[in-house]
Amino acid sequence: MSHKHLFDTENHWVTRKGKAYLSDRVVMHNKDLHQELGDYEWLHLYLYSILGRNIGENEAKLLNFYWVATSYPDASIWPNHVTALAGSVRSTASLALMAGMSVSEASMYGRRPEVRALDFFYRAGRWCDDGGGLTEFVEREKSAGRILYGYGRPLAKTDERIPYTIKKAEECGLGEGRYLKMALDVHAHLEATYGYSMNVAAIDAALAADVGLTCQEYQLFMTPCFIAGMVPCYQDARDQPEGSFFPVRCTSIVYEGKAKRDWNSAE
Amino acid sequence: MASDYRYYSNIWLEEPEESNPFAARASYCHGYDVSGQIIPQASWFEYLLLMFKGDRPQAEESRLLEKLAMVLANPGPREASVRAAMNAGVAGTNHSSALMAALAVGAGQYGGAQEVSICIRLWQECGQSLELWSTRLFSPEEDERADIWLPMEHAPGFDPNGDVIPAPVLQSLEFLASLAPSNGSLAWLKQNRATLESRVGYPLAVSGIAAAALVDLGLDQDQGSMLYLMLRLPGAAVHALEQKQMGWKKFPYYGPAIELADDPGPFQPSAPEQDPK
Repeated sequence: MSHKHLFDTENHWVTRKGKAYLSDRVVMHNKDLHQELGDYEWLHLYLYSILGRNIGENEAKLLNFYWVATSYPDASIWPNHVTALAGSVRSTASLALMAGMSVSEASMYGRRPEVRALDFFYRAGRWCDDGGGLTEFVEREKSAGRILYGYGRPLAKTDERIPYTIKKAEECGLGEGRYLKMALDVHAHLEATYGYSMNVAAIDAALAADVGLTCQEYQLFMTPCFIAGMVPCYQDARDQPEGSFFPVRCTSIVYEGKAKRDWNSAE
Repeated sequence: MASDYRYYSNIWLEEPEESNPFAARASYCHGYDVSGQIIPQASWFEYLLLMFKGDRPQAEESRLLEKLAMVLANPGPREASVRAAMNAGVAGTNHSSALMAALAVGAGQYGGAQEVSICIRLWQECGQSLELWSTRLFSPEEDERADIWLPMEHAPGFDPNGDVIPAPVLQSLEFLASLAPSNGSLAWLKQNRATLESRVGYPLAVSGIAAAALVDLGLDQDQGSMLYLMLRLPGAAVHALEQKQMGWKKFPYYGPAIELADDPGPFQPSAPEQDPK
């Protein structure tokens, strides 16, 4: 490889995604933003921007529910806690929300479990297509030491979002998909064998698979999903005295490190 | 009355003022008095290494980190993370936004902190085995699963858009290797650079040198990635501020350079159906 191909894009970028012809019109994925997409609900447009196609009313309605169902205005939830801290020290609204959004690309919750859960179902589907058994696939993953994202929940035994999500999927005519059934079958096996609970990451990912999202399309779609829950947390801390959001006293830092020592003493 | 909530730390101890439990009378970092001894006596890079590693570093270690920090301090306005900061700065956004833009873009897998993180992981796996490196540079993934990070598109630590190693990159490798242990990663990289480059097909990059230096400093992939992110911010900051002063009229506007293939043209509403006469 070399630098030669860089000459091609130094002064010229060809795209099929879209362009803003300022003072005239805007094209997104081959459609006029204001005239052809102007009646879209914003979240439906967001899906259009990710996919380059109209995903369909029912699919958009179901995916909209993912966002609604994760909008928890509770500052104990880690990304919300970040926005509340930003409010408490009077940082700006955008900085608060972007910080909260970026930390949602976490390993214990948010983007990594979502991506890994969706990938799990696609790989399980291919395994079964090749003649393997679902339980066998689950056990292989488990014996490889892999976390089964979507199963088990760190702070709670049940997930209140699951029945609402399944109900919404049924309302949208999406309650009979292959991957949703797979998610429930995996849970039945893990619960019976290991006592694992299931969280909404498994159900959301399975339904995303039934809708046909790729892992990165799903990651892009879910990125802002906590944001409506962050806003009240920011406002709440902003409205209280500066620095008063769960202040930490010196002795609340429990030190477990090295004993006091002299910088100049040889060790 | 004590708080119900506690944070645990092996790094930081604070002793409160008698009059205010929320104000520290003294702070200790890994056992050393911060205000009493570290600030008056230690250098910035000694303190950095102390924070990351937990012990007062040797003089050679803090010198290696200082010189690595200088290698990384300003990637220059052509580099993506600095460009991101300049894009922020030129429009007069918050300074934090400029640095957040630099961190987000500078976190990437092409020249960014994720590439450094992967390199450090490969150092743990491959050590100084040329054969292992020759395999893993072409398949650096941990496993086949999808992740929030996309698969690597080039050999980590090398520049797929390069032809030969640029002079400052080579100078950095040679200088940093002269400060590092003679049996360490930088020394091995310097010795085997040409062979690795010929196998990969393109030259060593700064990210690869930084990873080797961070390994020589005894840092793992998480620590190395954090330091790499931090140490490149000075350039992002000053170039963001410079563009704010320079003004938007001197800043590139790429609108005319972007060509929409298959432009549908102005939207034509479908004509209303004519009443049959």
